[in-house]
Amino acid sequence: MSYISKPKFQHPQLETNELGLTRRDYEGSFTTLCAGCGHDSISAAIIQATAEMSLQPHRVAKISGIGCSSKIPAYFLSKSHSFNSVHGRMPSVATGANLANKELHYLGISGDGDSASIGLGQFCHIVRRRINMLYIIANNGTYGLTKGQLSATADLGSKTKFGEESRFDNIDMATLAIELGASFVARSFSGDKKQLIPLIQAGLTHKGFAFIDIVSPCVTFNNTDASAQGYKNTWENYVSLSEIDFVPMREEITTSYDAGKEKEITLHDGSVIRLHKTGMNYDPYDKENALHHINQHKKHGKIATGLLYINQSTSDYHELQDTADKPFNTLTQHDLCPGSEVMSDINDTFR
Amino acid sequence: MKPTDINDPSYFHKVVDCQWACPAHTPVPEYIRLIAEKRYTDAYMINWYSNVFPGILGRTCDRPCEPACRRGRIDEQPVAICRLKRVAADYKSDISKHLPIIPKKKNGKHIALIGAGPAALTVAADLLPLGYEITLFEKDGVAGGAMRTQIPRFRLPVEVLEEELSYVIDLGINCRFGEEITSMRDLLAEGFDAIFVGTGAPLGKHVELPGFEEARDNIHTGIEWLANIAFEHVSSIGKKVLVLGGGNTAMDCCRTSRRIGGEEVTVVVRSGFDEMKASAWEIEDAMNEDIPILNFHVPKRYICEDGKLVAMEFEKVRKEYDKNGKRLLIPTGEDPVILPCDDVLCAIGQENSLPWVERDLGIEFDQWELPILNKLTFQTTHERVFFGGDAAFGPDNIISAVAHGHDVAVSIHLICTEQDINDRPDPITSLASQKMGIHQWSYDNDISNDVRYIVPHAEKDKTLHDVNMEVELGFDEALALKETMRCLNCDVQTVFTDQLCIECDACVDVCPTDCITFTANGKESDLRSSLMAPAENQDQDIYVSGPLNTGRVMAKNEDLCLHCGLCAERCPTNAWDMRKYLFDTAKASA
Repeated sequence: MSYISKPKFQHPQLETNELGLTRRDYEGSFTTLCAGCGHDSISAAIIQATAEMSLQPHRVAKISGIGCSSKIPAYFLSKSHSFNSVHGRMPSVATGANLANKELHYLGISGDGDSASIGLGQFCHIVRRRINMLYIIANNGTYGLTKGQLSATADLGSKTKFGEESRFDNIDMATLAIELGASFVARSFSGDKKQLIPLIQAGLTHKGFAFIDIVSPCVTFNNTDASAQGYKNTWENYVSLSEIDFVPMREEITTSYDAGKEKEITLHDGSVIRLHKTGMNYDPYDKENALHHINQHKKHGKIATGLLYINQSTSDYHELQDTADKPFNTLTQHDLCPGSEVMSDINDTFR
Repeated sequence: MKPTDINDPSYFHKVVDCQWACPAHTPVPEYIRLIAEKRYTDAYMINWYSNVFPGILGRTCDRPCEPACRRGRIDEQPVAICRLKRVAADYKSDISKHLPIIPKKKNGKHIALIGAGPAALTVAADLLPLGYEITLFEKDGVAGGAMRTQIPRFRLPVEVLEEELSYVIDLGINCRFGEEITSMRDLLAEGFDAIFVGTGAPLGKHVELPGFEEARDNIHTGIEWLANIAFEHVSSIGKKVLVLGGGNTAMDCCRTSRRIGGEEVTVVVRSGFDEMKASAWEIEDAMNEDIPILNFHVPKRYICEDGKLVAMEFEKVRKEYDKNGKRLLIPTGEDPVILPCDDVLCAIGQENSLPWVERDLGIEFDQWELPILNKLTFQTTHERVFFGGDAAFGPDNIISAVAHGHDVAVSIHLICTEQDINDRPDPITSLASQKMGIHQWSYDNDISNDVRYIVPHAEKDKTLHDVNMEVELGFDEALALKETMRCLNCDVQTVFTDQLCIECDACVDVCPTDCITFTANGKESDLRSSLMAPAENQDQDIYVSGPLNTGRVMAKNEDLCLHCGLCAERCPTNAWDMRKYLFDTAKASA
């Protein structure tokens, strides 16, 4: 890690958001990851995305597991709530936190080891339970923290830096999320912030379980020509299914909408995801189509990126469970123990 | 845009804003680092070879470097460069063994220098090490020129002046002081191989208005009056003094007046306060000495009683702009302002004085009676005659005179060795990596967030009673160290090697001031607006790489780069490196 901290000086014309904060106010402590790590770009994208949305930092909760990926909540949003939990158990902690206070923005940060290996079971259940959160996997196909073994998301035939070849097919986390009922599934690349930032903004705004699988190269252990998730391969093989813009709810939508070239998705709070159609005319509402595209691209050695699937008609966990309107953590003693009169009313119903 | 040619010596030179702005191109960050290491003598010598008078300039320079300083664009105030230069002079040890060695055997060429000011002494310092014989003529009995006559001792103590003059004079100049040259024709006849004229702009201008003749005895031109103070021909002034003019000479006049009897000293300027030519810090110093500055007052007449000056009349004006954008001063129609006074000092400009240069010698003059010069070589239309300093292009400052001197020395050396005078030698440059370890550099990249440190002053009660007592005390070593830590080390360049880049964005993400962007190439105007943060300062270049693997280019806005090296620290492939760029102008003696 660097011996100096990042200088406080900033561009004098750096934009301030609605809260009067600049992007620099959304930073965290200085990264201790290897130089060139894709995860740092994910941190930068989260910083930019949350600053642009004018999210109040103290209304965000960051939760992570273990691994290089799970370190990154330290590097952004230092004024937010944060919980660096147990390996593979971020979903449990996120679920608990979300149950206690459903009004925060939940941002889960995990990696391919944390979510596709030790935490695969937890991952499946949090998707199934439709917790209202954005779950990000920084996916580099390798166990960086334990010095470069193949992870469960490494493609068949992909090689480690030391020459070991992956003999197993990979787990595709985006496909899995779609199949398990996630209502917002995207894939992106740490090197393409133009795509990644609006996806993060849309994912944070989406009501329900949002998932972004981000290819995030490990420069130290998985960046050779034979590594599928290296910079070179990703730059060469990633295909954007549609270009995406995110227009927050409060902004007046001024640019004209061209139905032939664009698709607009209005989120529950009035924000809009605008997809600029590429040659593929991709339809993100169709689950089968999404799975087909992911597989077809994979077959040709390509990585399908962008907003893969969205479904706004599902309910989140609290709706399904019909929980109290107020967040649990704000319920007072009176709410929870309303007194003998209410008790006798209840007893009366059994008479 | 085409990829930036970093081999062009001026590209990285321009990034070092202070050095680029300095007429003598002093390597500022290099000497500031040496001061931080307490290597004061080394810091002094870097200055000496660039500007010859570090102790004098460390007190009196016009400091074009400071408004240029990058720190001023990211922080409220630039680095106190000038005051740090003084620190090198104040804390140095004996420098005699570092001065150039003058050959005993001369090269047979003999050069005449007229006027022992900063320009001529610089020419001498550059030519003596090459074996030239130098004869220096000075009409006064002592050397120094404007540095002695126009700068009051409370800004520049005489010991500092004498010390730095002697470093040059003692290199072995034939001094013919007290000898005024009255004919260029006669001088040419003496057979010198080259003649340099550095006689400055010694004539002050009067404000001739009704009542002038009657009040004549109490009206003085600023620079002549200051010279009389310097030579102790004058040691008092009336109680009420008006100083006309808003330049640095006016500031020196009013502050001097306060010390030798002026109790109510007022500066009066025709135009607005913000249009005054004086340096901001000199105006501030004057105001700190309780000297009011009245603006938009146009002098109208001198008022005398019994044949003696008693007041001046002024007309109040306001500023307007005509449709061509020209500034006009329009009378407000208010009653005239009468300011009582015993003496008036006119500091409204100065001119050179060259009646002794006969006009039939082949040295041509323009309509303003300035010699026609080649701006590169400072050669007149006479092959062997050169001008420099204020005598060349009119009144400027010491550091410009020094810069002229270096260029003149190159010119004289070229003609004396029968080379093409227009074929100027290249600057000496070097570009060396500062990498010591993965996160270690051989310069201190952990810059201080402190605001600019203020130089302590002597007590006003004392300084206002002693015209020779220096006001500024200079930084002590502890303050100087803190101030050096504010320097951004702009000479440590961010050098980008496009073949090594894997486009991981690490540099983009870490850069504190959003200098770096990877983007599609385009016209400069498009690139400037499409960067991470807009690059609106057109004086600052955009550093553009060749095409990268994705077809994009790296575009870096040099404007706000902190030179912190984090881009290079976070670069996994060493595509970025921090390299120290040293730039030394070509000197005759190099």
